[in-house]
Amino acid sequence: MPNWYMLTLVGIDKPGIVANITQTLFDANCNLGEASMNRLGGNFTIMVMVSSECDKQAMEEKLKSRCEELSLRFHIDEIEGKLHNHHIPDVSITVSCSDHAGLVAQVTNTLYDAGLDILDLNSDVAGTTSKPIYIFQIDGQAKNGIDALKKAIDPFKDQGIDISLSEIETLVG
Amino acid sequence: MRKDILTYPDLRLKEESLEIEHFDDSLLKIIQNLEDTMGESPGAVGIAAPQIGYHIRAVIVDVSGRKKIKHHGHLVMINPEITKWEGLKVGREGCLSVPDFTGNVVRAEKIKLNAFNQFGELLSFEMEGYEARAVQHEIDHLDGLLFLDRLVSRKNDLFKRKNYQ
Repeated sequence: MPNWYMLTLVGIDKPGIVANITQTLFDANCNLGEASMNRLGGNFTIMVMVSSECDKQAMEEKLKSRCEELSLRFHIDEIEGKLHNHHIPDVSITVSCSDHAGLVAQVTNTLYDAGLDILDLNSDVAGTTSKPIYIFQIDGQAKNGIDALKKAIDPFKDQGIDISLSEIETLVG
Repeated sequence: MRKDILTYPDLRLKEESLEIEHFDDSLLKIIQNLEDTMGESPGAVGIAAPQIGYHIRAVIVDVSGRKKIKHHGHLVMINPEITKWEGLKVGREGCLSVPDFTGNVVRAEKIKLNAFNQFGELLSFEMEGYEARAVQHEIDHLDGLLFLDRLVSRKNDLFKRKNYQ
């Protein structure tokens, strides 16, 4: 049985990183699982599941020189590779407002208390340097029902935080 | 009789299905197989004949189990043809033929269509929302298309959701 690892890579973004790293992993007889790459504030970031017969130290050896060439920092965690078990979100929430500290904590704690299990979160700082706005999108499962979430987010309207919530009805045909 | 559902990347899912010309017992038998297969697929609101290996233009759609939506009940549709499309909306879809994956797809919000039932009677429908989406998903199967062929960005919707607080 191969071992599963979560490989995290961070560095200044430039074209070709994904092609380069995935080729290096393939050449090292690794197999990829699920991955999520994002460009965050000009930084390249990726988390990718990698399966390999190697132990962690050997994995690090395989990646070291290539990551140095690409000026990437990397980190490897041993993980359980549980595939074919996606959770389907039933609610999507979009939040936007002028950027201020504590916003995400405030909103996500409120949603958590109302039964939200977050499956996916993406956030962006948009607007301008002098007038930044914060926008984040969450997909999740409403463990206590959609109405509980709607009720919980209602007070945000008076605080200049725009939250829209829509039910996701996944069609299977 | 319940049949095995073809799953991606089975090439038979990419084939175009043929118009049905004879409304006979062999058609009714295939419809029954579709009914039985869909009935044993929890959560499924539709099924198309090519998903169980018959390349004929027959689908079943039944979204009546969903709360608070407009629908036409349990529908067997033969040679369905959409004649009018209106509006676009992003929605999340999965498929019996693509296990363990869901994604966002843009579909027409409202459609008009003609279809025969299993007895050869021509019917016309005006549909919207979830039911219209289900029909478009199933008709795609008849044209050899999967929702994977229509995926849009997982991160950003192309169109703002309407349901604002």
